[in-house]
Amino acid sequence: MSQAPLLRQITDYANRADPYPLYEELRKTPVLHEEEGGPYVISSYWDIESLLHDPRISSDFTNLAVASEDELSGPEATGLPPSFIRLDPPEHDRLRRIANSSFGPPHRPTRIDSMRGELAQIVTDLIDGFGDARKIDVVDQFAYPFPVTVICRLLGVPREDEPRFRSWVDPIVAGLDPDTRTSAESMKTAQEARLQLGMYLNGLVEQRAREPREDMLSDLVNSHGPDGAMTTMEVLSTAVLLLIAGHETTVNLITNGMLTLLRHPEYLRRLRDDPGLSVKIVEELLRYEPPVQLVPQRTCIADIELRGVTIPKGSRIWLVLAAGNRDPERFHEPDRFDPDREDIQHLGFGSGIHSCFGAPLARLEAQIALAELARRLDNPRLVEDPPPYRPNAVLRGPRHLEITFDALR
Amino acid sequence: MPTDYLDRFRREGRIVIVGASLAGLRAAETLRAEGFTGSLTMIGDEPYDPYDRPPLSKAVLLGKASALHTDLPRRREIDAKWRLGVAATGLDMTAKRVRLADGDEVEYDRLLIATGVRARPWPKESEADLDGVLLLRTRDDAAALYRRLKAGPRRVLIIGAGFAGSEVASACREMGLAVTVAERAGAPLVGALGGVIGSVSAELYHENGVDLRTGVMVTGLESDSVGRVKAAHLSDESVVETDLVVVSLGSMRNTEWLTGSGLGAGPRGIACDAGCRAFDFRGIVTDDIFVAGDVARSPHALFGYQFLSLEHWGNAVAQAEVAAHNMISSSAERRPHLWVPAFWSSQFGVNIKSVGVPPMGEQIMITQGSLAERRFVGVYGYQGRIIAAVSFDNTRWLEFYERQIERGAPFPVEFATVDRRPEGRQPVDAAFPDPSLPTHGPTVTLSGYSPSDRQLVFTPARH
Amino acid sequence: MRLVVDLNKCQGYAQCAFLAPDVFAMHGEEALVYNPRAEEEQREKLARAVAACPVQAITADGLHGAGAGSDEAARESSDAH
Repeated sequence: MSQAPLLRQITDYANRADPYPLYEELRKTPVLHEEEGGPYVISSYWDIESLLHDPRISSDFTNLAVASEDELSGPEATGLPPSFIRLDPPEHDRLRRIANSSFGPPHRPTRIDSMRGELAQIVTDLIDGFGDARKIDVVDQFAYPFPVTVICRLLGVPREDEPRFRSWVDPIVAGLDPDTRTSAESMKTAQEARLQLGMYLNGLVEQRAREPREDMLSDLVNSHGPDGAMTTMEVLSTAVLLLIAGHETTVNLITNGMLTLLRHPEYLRRLRDDPGLSVKIVEELLRYEPPVQLVPQRTCIADIELRGVTIPKGSRIWLVLAAGNRDPERFHEPDRFDPDREDIQHLGFGSGIHSCFGAPLARLEAQIALAELARRLDNPRLVEDPPPYRPNAVLRGPRHLEITFDALR
Repeated sequence: MPTDYLDRFRREGRIVIVGASLAGLRAAETLRAEGFTGSLTMIGDEPYDPYDRPPLSKAVLLGKASALHTDLPRRREIDAKWRLGVAATGLDMTAKRVRLADGDEVEYDRLLIATGVRARPWPKESEADLDGVLLLRTRDDAAALYRRLKAGPRRVLIIGAGFAGSEVASACREMGLAVTVAERAGAPLVGALGGVIGSVSAELYHENGVDLRTGVMVTGLESDSVGRVKAAHLSDESVVETDLVVVSLGSMRNTEWLTGSGLGAGPRGIACDAGCRAFDFRGIVTDDIFVAGDVARSPHALFGYQFLSLEHWGNAVAQAEVAAHNMISSSAERRPHLWVPAFWSSQFGVNIKSVGVPPMGEQIMITQGSLAERRFVGVYGYQGRIIAAVSFDNTRWLEFYERQIERGAPFPVEFATVDRRPEGRQPVDAAFPDPSLPTHGPTVTLSGYSPSDRQLVFTPARH
Repeated sequence: MRLVVDLNKCQGYAQCAFLAPDVFAMHGEEALVYNPRAEEEQREKLARAVAACPVQAITADGLHGAGAGSDEAARESSDAH
């Protein structure tokens, strides 16, 4: 009775390592509204699924009855126009279609599939880089550098520029954490990095407009489909979105994956013998430990009635994907990590029109990364359980994941 | 006693399934999955293992799959006796026997009828037999059509602009072939989706270079001296020179073999209750004959208990599962078949989907997107309720509208939706043609309340 | 290997077309076309596509030994809704 509001407990850093008991509590009130002006928090699988397909739900902050300054500028705070993640149709659809035409089918059906060899090579190089060390940090030495390198290759950042590129990305991503965001110094560093990155990308965009190559930036600036081309500003905004949205999530998917496997060593053993098991392991991970725990940026453009509660137009709506993924109304023994389950489905990539743009790439990255870690690390063990977490409650994952092992295969 | 009978039946009873396509196969799998260990006989008139039909007018004609390789995957072993390539020709309900074309008879304790539909042939037999006049329903049809298309005909004529005709037209254009489509109604897809949506489809036709002739009938097919089709005569006096005609006039239910059997079977299908039990011709429900798939017509609570015949892939699967379950369950454990009709088609690179029963709709409103952009959701209203929805390249919203249909939500749609355009604020007449003049192949046939009702098409009351 | 996609369930997320582009293709932005018979060398990619489908619309048989770690030959498209 005297406890702090549930929502505050969920965002409380003390509960970062294991928020799942709180989510269980949350599901007891499927439409939770604790404070006037606070969000309506949705936590059951079917409710979340249905709201993600509900045309009365908007991703555009301007539809909020009361929006904060921060929301209106967006956490990307780049001075760029909003990317499609925070737009509604038809603008969302137009930009996403153009972005997709540089990324996947029908226009670029093999762009991701053809990267598999390259992904494996990057992973091999990173693991080789562990050298003679028998203790490593999975985050800093593996999960973190991997997706940045991949996005560089995908966008078409020249190899020689990759270190510079990463030196800008690091402070930007760090600046996304709510805690560091408040520190003036890190804000300034992030701002500076954004500026540098923007200028760099701008130069690259101009170059690709003149001399197109086989990469996403070239496609984005030269798209001639029925939707026309993106403006330079839209290209930059999309590139920054792909960079940021695709980065931390993949880091967390891989790190959560390794952590979960180390806690369930029988699957680590099986994965070593059968790399194909990574497919089901990654799907089950997306259910069991999703990198995006909740979607906080939705509102409704009409009153919505849900489970007898009326959510007034303009309210903030939080969709707690990670709670829905453990909903016993949907999953048998939801708290068990079980890649063998027949019925793996999840909200890990969201659903509906905003479902994760980079999902197929994230899947391949995580599958290859985990299969290779399992294959090459001999007798890996956790140094610390739970590991230290990042402050962020939305993009939740370990800050470090130190492990030891006996040998590198 | 009944429990004893049911137990023994589940252990060692005899089930015969007539129809070895999607519904028949899924029913057989369900029977085994739910513990039926007796004998199971599958009877099919085509000499093939169960295969899937939707790819025949899509992937196959687009050259992405072979007509001969669309076999359905199996969910499990079904351990059945297969009688393929032999049609069922008669039913003796008293002796509980199915007669086969080769003279054999097969006895059953319980029977499932899933004989589906066949393509409606060109009505003039001599013209239908001409070289170059084709239908599209079976694997063999698709293989023949694809061969002809690859050979590069001068002009393809498609008679009927329903979904199937539209898909063939789309494939022809993709192959760079000249194609004319003749349709009796004012636009393509009108019977299934109404005139408002039909006009969008017509635009797609034009944009993709199809010579679309609407409001016309083909009055005759003309042949050359060696029996090959060379031209078609239209009711507007025009002549289309063509060397390949695809007749796409919808389908006919395979019920002729039941004539005289005493079962409530006719051109509109076999009437059954919501639990898939067939009615006899007196309107009395049988207890050992079940029906599933395209050939069935059953009452649906969401649509005023009207009897619906659904030529829908998903219906075949769902109804087969319910029928199979009910065949081996006591009456208290039986389930109703309450599937919300759902349908898809893809043509000219556009994904078209519908839920509910659009032909029941009096009005339509475009609640998301725009007709002009050909990306939208349209909602159909009937007597103040949402009865159906259709989407063009907007499928991810459709499940929301399906729930609205299930709830009987009010129409017009007053609440705000993302991407509502000014044109979508007011409902308009959905513009279905006079239901007494059926167009080619509406995918839902409303066939009246009573199983012994003899009218061909049920005409809902209209204001 | 035989496969079928329940296109009522399919919502055009295109995961299968990304992961097994020789079996699945998008025709336009949203419509899926696929080859109902996949060649043996597509086994691994097909398994990825089946597992990745967000709406569990793909049923394939003959995936046995696909390295997906499952004893099941088929992924049922059984509907938990």
